[in-house]
This record gives sequence, structure tokens and C-alpha cells, in this order.
Amino acid sequence: MALKIVKGSIDRMFDKNLQDLVRGIRNHKEDEAKYISTCIDEIKQELKQDNIAVKANAVCKLTYLQMLGYDVSWAAFNIVEVMSSSKFTYKRIGYLAASQCFHEGTDVIMLTTNQIRKDLSSPNQYDTGVALTGLSCFVTPDLARDLANDIMTLMSHTKPYIRKKAVLIMYKVFLKYPESLRPAFPRLKEKLEDPDPGVQSAAVNVICELARRNPKNYLSLAPLFFKLMTSSTNNWVLIKIIKLFGALTPLEPRLGKKLIEPLTNLIHSTSAMSLLYECVNTVIAVLISLSSGMPNHSASIQLCVQKLRILIEDSDQNLKYLGLLAMSKILKTHPKSVQSHKDLILQCLDDKDESIRLRALDLLYGMVSKKNLMEIVKKLMLHVDKAEGTTYRDELLTKIIDICSQSNYQYITNFEWYISILVELTRLEGTRHGHLIASQMLDVAIRVKAIRGFAVAQMATLLDNAHLLTGNTQRNGICEVLYAAAWICGEFSEHLEDPMQTLEAMLRPKVATLPGHIQAVYVQNAAKLFATVLQKHEGETDSQAAQETSQLLIERLPLFVQSANLEVQERASCILQLVKYIQKLQQKNVEVAEEVTALFAGELNPVAPKAQKKVPIPEGLDLDAWINEPPSESESEDEKPKAVFAKEEPKHSRSRHTEVDEKELARRREVRKQEQANNPFYIKASPSSQKVYDAPGVEHIPVVQIDLSVPLKVPGMPMSDQYVKLEEERRQKEKAEKKKKEKKKKREKRGKGRKADSGPESEEDITPAHHVDIVTEEMPENALPSDDDDKDPNDPHKALDIDLDNLLSGTSSRPLADSEKLPVRTHRPEVLKSPAEDRDNESIPQESKKKSSKEKKEKKKDKEKDRKRSKEEKKKKKKHKEVEEEPMESQPEEAIQSEDSKEMAAPPTSAEEVTAPSSAAAVDTSPVAAAESEPDEPKDTEPEDTKSSKHKKKKQKKEKEEKEKKKKKRHHHHHHHHSDGGGEDSVQNGTVEDEEPLPPMSNYSLLAENSYIKMVYDIQGNHQDESKVVVSVIFENKSDSFLKSMEFNVLDSLNSKLQRPEGAGPHDGLTVPFQLPPGVSNEARFVFSVQSIVMPQKLKGTLTFIVKSEESSTHEKLDFKLHFTCTSYLITTPCYSDAYAKLLESGDLKGSSLRLEGVNMPFHHLLARICFHHHFSVVERIDSCASMYSRSIQGHHVCLLVKTSDQTVSIDAKCDEPSLLGNVLDEIKQTFSKC
Amino acid sequence: MRFLLLFSRQGKLRLQKWFTALSDHDKKKIIRDVTQMVLARPPKACNFLQWRDLKIVYRRYASLYFCCGLEEEDNELLTLELLHRYVELLDQYFGNVCELDIIFNFEKAYFILDEFVIGGEVQETSKASVAKSMEESDSLQETMEEYVNKPTY
Repeated sequence: MALKIVKGSIDRMFDKNLQDLVRGIRNHKEDEAKYISTCIDEIKQELKQDNIAVKANAVCKLTYLQMLGYDVSWAAFNIVEVMSSSKFTYKRIGYLAASQCFHEGTDVIMLTTNQIRKDLSSPNQYDTGVALTGLSCFVTPDLARDLANDIMTLMSHTKPYIRKKAVLIMYKVFLKYPESLRPAFPRLKEKLEDPDPGVQSAAVNVICELARRNPKNYLSLAPLFFKLMTSSTNNWVLIKIIKLFGALTPLEPRLGKKLIEPLTNLIHSTSAMSLLYECVNTVIAVLISLSSGMPNHSASIQLCVQKLRILIEDSDQNLKYLGLLAMSKILKTHPKSVQSHKDLILQCLDDKDESIRLRALDLLYGMVSKKNLMEIVKKLMLHVDKAEGTTYRDELLTKIIDICSQSNYQYITNFEWYISILVELTRLEGTRHGHLIASQMLDVAIRVKAIRGFAVAQMATLLDNAHLLTGNTQRNGICEVLYAAAWICGEFSEHLEDPMQTLEAMLRPKVATLPGHIQAVYVQNAAKLFATVLQKHEGETDSQAAQETSQLLIERLPLFVQSANLEVQERASCILQLVKYIQKLQQKNVEVAEEVTALFAGELNPVAPKAQKKVPIPEGLDLDAWINEPPSESESEDEKPKAVFAKEEPKHSRSRHTEVDEKELARRREVRKQEQANNPFYIKASPSSQKVYDAPGVEHIPVVQIDLSVPLKVPGMPMSDQYVKLEEERRQKEKAEKKKKEKKKKREKRGKGRKADSGPESEEDITPAHHVDIVTEEMPENALPSDDDDKDPNDPHKALDIDLDNLLSGTSSRPLADSEKLPVRTHRPEVLKSPAEDRDNESIPQESKKKSSKEKKEKKKDKEKDRKRSKEEKKKKKKHKEVEEEPMESQPEEAIQSEDSKEMAAPPTSAEEVTAPSSAAAVDTSPVAAAESEPDEPKDTEPEDTKSSKHKKKKQKKEKEEKEKKKKKRHHHHHHHHSDGGGEDSVQNGTVEDEEPLPPMSNYSLLAENSYIKMVYDIQGNHQDESKVVVSVIFENKSDSFLKSMEFNVLDSLNSKLQRPEGAGPHDGLTVPFQLPPGVSNEARFVFSVQSIVMPQKLKGTLTFIVKSEESSTHEKLDFKLHFTCTSYLITTPCYSDAYAKLLESGDLKGSSLRLEGVNMPFHHLLARICFHHHFSVVERIDSCASMYSRSIQGHHVCLLVKTSDQTVSIDAKCDEPSLLGNVLDEIKQTFSKC
Repeated sequence: MRFLLLFSRQGKLRLQKWFTALSDHDKKKIIRDVTQMVLARPPKACNFLQWRDLKIVYRRYASLYFCCGLEEEDNELLTLELLHRYVELLDQYFGNVCELDIIFNFEKAYFILDEFVIGGEVQETSKASVAKSMEESDSLQETMEEYVNKPTY
């Protein structure tokens, strides 16, 4: 034995630790992969060992490998093992590994729930800290739901270290489990005024993050934050608060007005750039929100712009970048104040840093006007030529197009210029944005009718010089423009000067190297051109030209007929046959032109992308109504979509409702709307659906054709430049004319003095070169002109849009409903869902819980077991089910709520429970038991009974059931109950053997009770500290009033003392860190220090509290006695059999024994009871004999040998402390005498 | 803040911390894209980048790049300060930290980070408190030698 241990230690000395691994990897640079694969093999071996230290070492190495990119998901279970080690060293490594490797898809996460809960409640703050940190990385919706209450309790922990972590984690919990927000919010708000600045800052952080997403729910906190802002000196906190205000001001302009002053003060005074930047940003947000209501804040805008200018001029590139970024925000509302800094921004375009240039480009987008567009684009074109990297060049290209095309080509005064720019852009090699240019060409040519002639001419040139564009088709995206060119030439071929030449260009053999979709367009448009040529030559006596064209097509088209591309092939062969037929007719001198042109008659208009959405729904059509009945539920239980929100409206589509008349439906719809309006969880539809339809007035701007002067080509100068010159000339001319007119007027008036020249020309002075008809996109009739950009429905923050105001303003309007309570923690969840409940849950499609497949499987197994056991009951349940389906429709809210709370009350089980067996709750609690544990509760308001008499009977039944459910629910909330009956209905989870199931057990026992409050408690040892125990007390408010200011005090004895915070006197009470609304229970824990643990102890104590009802508030108190049993000093500690044997052999232990007569229960029940109530673990079990082990917090070993025969149980026990042993045995005896 | 990456000039990852859980595949993709982008930056360029819907803030300390992914509303300058604070913390803990310290004690680097930032939010701005909690939790931790000499159970 000893040899084995020594050998194990030696082995371990040769294990690689992390440092060795890192060193090894560095020394094997050439064959790193090979080296690592041998390391992974070693790690796998190490993970197989029992020694937790070896495992932890292996997991640590795996974490490193994971960072290097190796897959370590196979070790997830080992990570969980290391996490659950009691030693901080290993626990820390385990949690680190978990936070690095786990994600929502990791299935072992669900095994960790109880371990994490245990660690969270550990008296060692670093255990708790490590668990919280880990949780922040891998929290899943399930974990969030199960642990929300634990974390919420930690928010009031005595140590600020834990409080601040808990507060920050709560945000992650809210994201995963939005239902926790309402119950946790009051406490979160409390933390804003926490004495510890770290906790305060954490709370500010969390509320800021929440408010950023759903600001309207946090408006009421503004005064509080305002106070914080003016008093705080911590820049980290200030920045967050200011950011928060930035989110709030758009909703409340008055707040903005109030903010301007302190913010501008800060801007003037602060030296921290980050704070300055945040202030400027928020001032901008405020100004944006005020821009409609309050015009006069130019001073603030000027201040911001000035400060930003300083930033942009700074040599620090970061500040330059941010200055430009902030500038672009001002630009949206106050373009004028930014436009005056155009020089600066244009300078930034020359910066060597690409990101700065990109930000400057963003700004340009908003700075263009009719006046400066050409100038700016010219500058950009120069940059395009200079740009070294293709990415930046592509970015420039898209920006040019964006700038020009913005708001429906608002700033373009000369479209010829724009087309020339587009054509110039086609000379860029290797750009990815050929399609973008192409679509612009198409768009302009289609929508600006006046430009078609020019566009067609340019496109024809492009087609003619196609070889320049298609130098290398493989890498060249630019050939996409040929698609546009061909289409434009074909569609508007009437503008072509020489269609024959273009046609020839389109049928060159080289075209066959273009991508298929372009060839297809070529072929199709060749046919259009053909039609145009025919028409042109129609009526001429000499039909030679037309016949030549046909001949050309007949010669060239076969090339395309052979194309590998189906589209091209099909079109080509079709058109080829057509042309051949036409040729025949031509030879007979039949006039065909008109018929051929008719093939391509009609104009194509652009259709708005949102057109389909805007088609109004005709009256009488209900898109949500079922066309066919949905399949019955029983058939496809598993495939039912699981809704995320439990309270989603139920589908009212059962077969028996098809006869329900229209009126009834309308009434229900109304009721449902009402419900939804009052339900903060219901996510309302976007307002657009309720808008009134009105017919759009598409006003056509009258088209005035102006003679186009065809620009001369100046050699050596890019074409678009000519337009700039021409445009300038034109404007000057116009100006001169105007002046002349003015002068004339003046002369006529004979004005006394000379007036100043009419200043710089303003926007309105510039008239477009030609009036253009920008064709608006086609919309369906009755469409509404709106720009509703729906929010992303997958945004997790959407779910957090929860009304918190009535929580804040007191209890009056909508206090926490029963169902909103967070699942209450239990140390050893003694309540399992019974199979009947399971089935009920499954039959409800609205069920919110996402169950992992594993869980489902387990459940199925359970179900099958259950089926065998109680076949007769099935029938009964079927009835149940039928009845239950009925209420679902009439009272969806309530039914689901109760379902919900049931789920909450029953925490999920995990592998942990195998050692501490637990069992299922009975389905039917006997009415007596229920009545005992259920005080008169305020009845939930039942919705009015408006149902037809046909349903009445069912309803009564249902009500009865509801009541029963409520009882059950109540029952689950009580953590101690000695349940009876229904044993045959329960499912056993704890033990592996297929033996009789265990009755439910709980370690919580009654501490004290009066008409207001009930306290139950449990005492736990603490393995980190040998002199401390933790007392968990669950307080339950039994009254209809609010309980607050609870103070827990204990009269210390010499041996046991309540741990009070530093500075508190020895007789001061501890404030319970929460308040209790009616019917709510919550748990608090108190740490006691104990010196000697060999004797049981009783401590007297008092709980004082204030009962606050609407009219009065009274002071109450309740005395209690805390009973510290010796058992409570024991900690469940697993022990290996060899170590156990060694312990017994050592001879240090004193023996004692106990006989129990008349114990009438199966052996495994007996063991389970000892394990559960007395914190033992089974070392070995052989038939009706078992050895058990436990350890006290001070390290005493307690060993039991339990034997049973015929209702007699003998327990031989050994311990190194005889009096402790004696007391433990007494307590065991007592446990069994109770049953 | 969504993530924090540390990588060397050669693009070798030294530390990665994700404040939202992602699958390995997504993580790898982000790491690859971000490191490539950051490493390609010229030396005097600004420290911010726009990448998809995230803002990337990075800073180079000696041979190591510290790199953060931020959401739209986060403050870049504050993040730079945060990175700097983290480097200070490492410096304080290791005593003039170098890349090798982080390579060989990468778990310590994580622990320090965990005391400083949690769930993407700063939890402790005081260097002294972070140092104190690190010291205390380290004192709870046994050394490797100790565990080698311990009996198996």
C-alpha cells in the first residue's frame, strides 16, 4: 500500500508540468505538431489517473494547448472534475479551463450547476470569485435560470470583492435569462449607493449597459445618476454615466438641457482625453435630440467642433481618428458647422494612415453639396490613381459612387459628368466592384431619361473597346460593366448612332471568353439591336443593309449556340432560328421590322426593393389564419418549436374552435391585445404595421430637353475634368447673367449707394445643367412611403426591454408577481419533477425551457419506467391532459405562469445527486399536508367568466386543478416537508439499483415561525476554514404585507459566535440583505465561528423586522433557537477504500457502537438517509453491509460500519474524538427514531 | 468589450480571453482575421480599426500586441487606458514583465486579467486591490512541489 503511494509520487515527479510543456514546444520548432500529439497522448494518460493533482496539471496543459488552437473539447468532463476539486489550486485551474473552452454547445455544462452553486456559497471569497469569473464566460440560459437567485444573494455579500463581481455577472445573467431582470433590479439599484466605490462602479456599469439597449425603462434613474455625475471624481465611472446619459437624452429632451452645462464644464476642465471625448460624444447626442425642439445651442456645437478640430489637428493619430469619427456624428444634424472645416478633412485624405483616410472619406459623404461635388470627386479620383493597395482603392471607388448617388443623386447637376466618371472608373484594374459600377450605369441610364443618348454613346465606345477591359477575365471583376454596357445599348438602341457597328462589336469571337451571364446579355441585346437595324432600314428600297445584318447574326451566333453555358446556348439557338426565319421573309421582301420590334416593346421600370412588403393586405385576408389544421399535438411532441418566452400567446387553433364565430374571435383578439399591452414581456410589433395607408403622389418633374453640347475630347486630359471646367464656365455665365439682371434692376431703381456683391453663391443658386427626370422606383398601389428598418429580432438585448419603473416607484402599480420570483436555491434539491408534470409540460407548446437532448432522453427513460409501473394511471392522466388543454386557451397567462413557477421551484438534478440521493416529489399531495403548509393566500384574480355554458363544466374542473397546482407550487416552495402518499408515482433518481424509490428528504428544519414570517435553516460546515460553519436561513413572508429592515441577531456563547462585520459590536444584529414582498421567500446566510465541535450547541437569537402594509408599519420580533448539531460539523468527503483501510489499521481511532431496532426500511434508504442527513459518503457496500466515511471541519475522521439484518441495524463506529462520535451516533439514532 | 487577445509580432497567440462564449471555429476565424489586420498596420498608424461590427483597439508593448474587440458604443481611449492598466498590473506582478513571463505563466496572466476585468467590464480600477486579491488567492494555492509530496487520497 505505502509502496503504491510512493510509486505514485515518483511517477508524478516525472510528469511534465506546464513549464516543461512550453519549453518542449519551444525546443521542437521543426516538428511541433508531432511533439504536441505525443504530449496530448501523455495528457490522456494522466487524465485517466485518480489523482486530482495529476488531472489538474493535465487540464492546465490542455488549456495552453487550446490557446494554440488544438481541440480539447474531448476533455470537457475532466475539466468539470477539476472544477469540483475542493482545493483552490485545482479549482482555479478547472474554472480557467472551463472559461476558455466551454460554450453553449458544451453539453457537460449542465453537470456543473450544483458545483457552481456550491462554490458560489463557499465561505471563502476566492472560491466564490473564481466561480463567478468562470460563470461570466460560459453562462448558458439554463445556468442563468438556475443560479440567478444565488448570484442575486451574492450581490449583498458582506465582502465588496464578491459584491462587485456578482453585480457584474448579473448583467450576463440578464442577457441569458431576461426574466431575472425584474426581481433583481431593486437590489441592483441599491448597489448604486453601495459604500464601496468598486461595487458602485460595477452597478453603474451594468445599468449603463442595460440602459444603452433599452433606455426608456431607465429614465426614472436619471436624477440619481445626475447626482452621481456631479459628485463622482472617478473618470471610469464618469465616462460610464455620461455614456448612459447619451442613451437617455434622445428620449427626454429636458434631461439634455440640464446636462449641457455640466458637460461643457467638464469639457473645459478635464485633462483626460477619454473623458473629454465621451463628453463631446454625449453633447453631440444631446444636441441631436434637441435639434428639433431647441434651435439655439450653437455655442455648444461650436465648442464641440472646436475641440474636435483640436483633436484632428493633434499629432496623435488616435485623437485624429476619433476626432473625425465624432465629427461625422455632428455632420448628420449640423452639417454646416462641419462643412466649414472641409479644408482640414481634405487634408486628412492625404494622411499616411489608412484608417484615418477612411474616416475622412466617411465625412466627405456628408459634406458634399451641389457646389463642391465635382471638386471633391476630382480629388478622390486623383487618390484613386495614387492608391497603392487595392482595398483602399476599392474603398475609394465605393465612396465615390456612394457620394454621388446619395439621396437619389441629389447633388449631381450634370449627369454626363457622372457617366464619364463611371467610365473612367472602369479603367481600374483588378477591382472587385465592377458590378457596383455596372449597377450605377444601369440605374442612371434607366432613371435619368435625358441622359440616355449620352450614356448609350459612351457604352457603345466601351463595347467597342471591350478588349481593354477584359485583358485578363479571370482576375478582373471589371468586365461586369460590359453587362451594363450591352444591356444599355440594346435597350435604348434607338439612341445609337451606328447600331450596326455596335452589333458587330457584340458578336466578336472574343466575347466567348466572358463569363456566361454576360454572354447571355450580349446575345439577347444583339437581338434587340437587330430589331433596331431592321426598323432603320425599313422602307428603303435597297434592303441590302438589313440583309447583311441578318447574315452577320447567322454567321456569328453559332459560336454562342455551342457555349457551355445553358443560358447562352438556349438564347442563342432560339434567336438564331428566329433570324433564319426572318432572313427567309426578307428574301421574299416581306416587311418584318414591326413584328420584330414588337418582341422588345415596352419599357422596364425599376422596382423598389421594399415593394413586396408594401403591398397592402386586402380586406378579409388574415395571413395568420391557418389554411389547414395543424397536426395534432400528440404526434409531434418533440418537433414542437420551443418558444423562448413562456408567455407567448397560445395558438388558438384546436379543431373544436373552428365553429367559433367571427364575433367571438374579435372579442378574443381584443382581450389578447389588452393582455399584451399590459405584459412587459410581450415584444410589441413594430409600429409600421399599424400605419395608415395613403396613396403616394408620384409627381413627375416636367422634362425639359436641353440641347446637349457634345464635349470635345481634349487629348491628355481625363474626360470628366472637362465637365468640371464646363460647369464652372456655365455657372459663371449664369452668375454674370444674374448680376446683369440685378444691375439692371438697380439702375432702374436708381439706388443711392452701391450694395455689396451678393455674397458667395449659395446652394439654391446652382441650377442643374439639364433638368432630369429621376424616375422613382415603382411601388405597389396604396403602398406607404416609410423607412422602417426593423431591428434585428435576434438581438439578445431586445428581450431585456422590460418595464422596471413600477418596480422602482414602489409596490403600488405592479409588484413582482409570484411567477417572477427567481428559482430559490436549495442545497440538495429534494424536489424532482414527477413524470406527470413532465408530461404536462411537454404537452404545452409554449414551454420555454430549452431542454438538451440528453435531458430529454433521460426523461424518456423515466417515462418508460413509469409507464410500466403505473399503467392504470395512464388513463387517468389522459383525462387530465384533455381537461388541461382546455384552460390553455381561455387563460393562457395564468396557466403558463403556474407551469412556470413549478419549473422554477423544481431545480434540475445533476450528477451531484448521485451521492446525495434525492427523490421525486409526489404528484398528489394530500390535502391535509397542503393545507398545513399553505396559509391563506391572496387569490389570483380570475379572468371573468365569459365562456359559453358549454365550457362551464370544464372550467370548474379546471379551476379545481388550478388550485391543486397552486398547492403543489406552494408545496415546492417549502423546503422541508415530510411528504406522504403518492410514493408509487414517483421516480427514483438517486440510486442506480432498481429498488424502491426514496422518499423526499430535506435538511432544512424549522427555526421559528409566527403569523408573519417563517424561518427554516440548515447548517453547513466549511472545508476551507476549520472553525467556521455557515447557517443558511430561508425567510418566507407569510403575510400580505411587505417585510423590511430585518435584523438577525444571536446571543453568542463562548464557543460559538456570529461573525459580524468589522467595527460592529458583539451584540449588534446583522441586517438581512433583502426585503420580502408578500409571499416571497429568500435565503440569507450567516457565518458562525466555532471553537470546539465535539458537543452540540444551542444558541438563542431574535429576528426583528418591520411589517409594512399600506396603512401602517409595525415593529415585530421573533425569537428562535439555533441548534448546532455535531452532524453539522461534518463534511461529506469521499474516501477511497484503500485509504479507508489504512485509516482503520492505524489504530488511532476509538470505537463505539449503536444498535437500532425495528428499522423498517430498505437498506439503501437507510444509507441514503445517513448520507443525506449526516453528511457521510459510502466507501464500499457489500450486500447488507456498508462502510461509510465522513470528516469534520477540524479534520476528525469518522468511520462507520453499518450492518443490517431483520429490522435490526448495527452501527460500529470509529473516530479519533470519542465525544464527537458519541454525539453523532446519538443524532443518527434520533433521525431513525423519527421515522 | 467582446474579447482580448495578446499575440507576438510573429502572430503567435499568447493569450485569448472571450467575454462572450463562442464556438472554437468562430474564435479561430476572428483570431486569424484580427491578427492579420493588426500586424499589417504600419508602425505610426492609429490604434483603432473597424472590423465588421466591432471596433478593434490595439497597442504594441515591446514585442507583444494587446488587442481588444469593442462594441459600437465603447470608448476607444478608455480601452487604451485599460490595456495600459493591464500591462501595468502584469508589470507589477512579474516585475518588469516580458513576453516569456506571459508564455510560461500564462495562467497567472489570466488570473490577473480576471481580477481586473470580468465579463468585459472593468471590475477593479485600483492596482493595489488587484494586487492584493492576487496575492491572497496565490497564498491559497499550493505549489507543485507540495502536491508531489502529498499522499494520494
